[in-house]
Amino acid sequence: MFGIPLNMLLFQVFTGLVLGMIFVLLAIGLSLIFGLLTVVNFAHGALYMWGAYVGLLCMGYFGNFWLSLIVVPLVIGGIGMAVEYFFVRRLYGLNPDYPLLLTFAISLIMIEAVRILFGTTGYPFNAPTLLRGSVNFFDLFSFPLYRLFVIVVTALVILFLWLFLEKTNVGLIIRGGTRNSEMVRLLGIDISKVWLMVFGIGTGLAGLAGILAAPMRGVYPEMGIAMLVECFVVTVVGGMGSLKGAVVSGLLLGQVVSMTSLFIPEASNIVIFIAMAVVLLIKPSGLFGISGLLE
Amino acid sequence: MGWITNRSVLMIIVVLLIIPILMPYEALGTQMIIWGLLALGYNILYGYTGLLSFGHAAYFGLGAYATGIILIRTHCSLLAGISAGVLVACIGAVVIGFLCLRRRGIYFALLTLAFAQMLYFTASIWESLTGGEPGLRNIPQPPLELPGLFSINIYTPLRFYYFVFGFVVLSLLILNRILESPFGKVLQGIRENEKRARALGYNTNRIKWLSFILSGAFSGLAGALHTLYISFVGLEQLYWETSGKILLMALLGGPGTFFGPFIGAGVFLYLEDIISAFTTYWMIVLGPIFVLCVMFFPQGIWGTIREFTERFSGSPPRKG
Repeated sequence: MFGIPLNMLLFQVFTGLVLGMIFVLLAIGLSLIFGLLTVVNFAHGALYMWGAYVGLLCMGYFGNFWLSLIVVPLVIGGIGMAVEYFFVRRLYGLNPDYPLLLTFAISLIMIEAVRILFGTTGYPFNAPTLLRGSVNFFDLFSFPLYRLFVIVVTALVILFLWLFLEKTNVGLIIRGGTRNSEMVRLLGIDISKVWLMVFGIGTGLAGLAGILAAPMRGVYPEMGIAMLVECFVVTVVGGMGSLKGAVVSGLLLGQVVSMTSLFIPEASNIVIFIAMAVVLLIKPSGLFGISGLLE
Repeated sequence: MGWITNRSVLMIIVVLLIIPILMPYEALGTQMIIWGLLALGYNILYGYTGLLSFGHAAYFGLGAYATGIILIRTHCSLLAGISAGVLVACIGAVVIGFLCLRRRGIYFALLTLAFAQMLYFTASIWESLTGGEPGLRNIPQPPLELPGLFSINIYTPLRFYYFVFGFVVLSLLILNRILESPFGKVLQGIRENEKRARALGYNTNRIKWLSFILSGAFSGLAGALHTLYISFVGLEQLYWETSGKILLMALLGGPGTFFGPFIGAGVFLYLEDIISAFTTYWMIVLGPIFVLCVMFFPQGIWGTIREFTERFSGSPPRKG
């Protein structure tokens, strides 16, 4: 195909899959929070970045990647819940732009705080020894083991999240709240606790994405900025508030980006926006969007 | 407080006239009115029409780059350079506005952000045109002239301030005329209740688009003036932090008020100037201020002052 050997093509498909998985982790969080709370969390990118930095601290403290992988989402989720409880909660029922502006201001503080504490230059983040090296596929191409690990972990997380949302009672309340939160409240459920939990889950996923991405992309204060914008694109293309949309569009756009960087490397930063413009022109509500949701 | 509304434009003009005397150095005053103009343009869309744009760096940057590029390539006159900047920003707003206005609310904000980022990446790649990462350098600064009549070098700090001041006064007069016109009232009607405006027979999509273009044009003018001012266009002018800065200025001053954007830009840049003397990390101070602003004073400085004075004067609330 266009003189590109098959092994390079396959390598790029897997690279796109890894990128897509990171997109999905972040976009699911954004989409869950938006669907239930109608809040666009502008601090999502900053929390992703904090995930990587907290991971760095954990690695220094425990010296154990696996433990860090569990601690980071808990810490970041905790921070997210604090943000919801002390700040975002006070703005419900007002102009929907206010939480967006608030989380934007919070993200500026978070980025600046990291610059002060850790400096403006980046840090390397080494993958654990167990996951170094690469796997050979039928002598066709080899792929770094760590990246395969990211694919598997993310796939498992998505599966558990799906089971949680579809099969448990709490998941039922969350899905109900996304459709009609007033009705859920009428049934005697304290939805503010659910809000807190969903904010925690969403931001915890951002933290997980941060530490997972750190060994591949490095750790630096601005790492969340471009990522956040790209994940907005993912959620707009997939349709906000739709879990399926976040997964499909995250994986799709991951492939689009990695294929473009193979064939037209200069356009790899722009293509995602072109894809978004095309989707919007054809189907303004996104691929799986519920039209009219907070418009 | 009726007199403020009636004479609001006159009052801003008087205040802006004496700003160079009040500021520690003239260049800060020039910064303030250029960013004030930008925030003013932004306010048409956010404050008056109620459309939250997160990508106004796009029109600021388009105006800045267009003016810079045409001055370098053609060595045209000053006013031709500025017109080119405004025109290109307008064209950008026509296209991006059309696409973004296909969605409402939060989606609209995300779309404006995405398209601005797209322009940023485009400018960073297209080095032959924009100079890429290091920015566009060595932009000529043509004199203000009417062929055969006069030619003045305007590039001293004080002269350039009053040159920009001329454009700002003109923009204020035009904008005041527009916002007080029936069209301006429809914009505010859309902000308050779009469905009702549509029910009254207004083509709200068309009107929002016009508001978007108008807003882009004034932002482009600010970009063009900024290029002349520093004889340079930086890639970061297109970056999303610039969009955030514009938004924060409007928010700080008071969105939907005529005074607000100038007060916001002035206070923002003055704070930045003071704080950055102590620390390079000035966002750590400004960030919490904005958190407090959103949570407790969403009407901004001027909006809060106006509400306060109206409560005591007992006159009916007015937008101004």
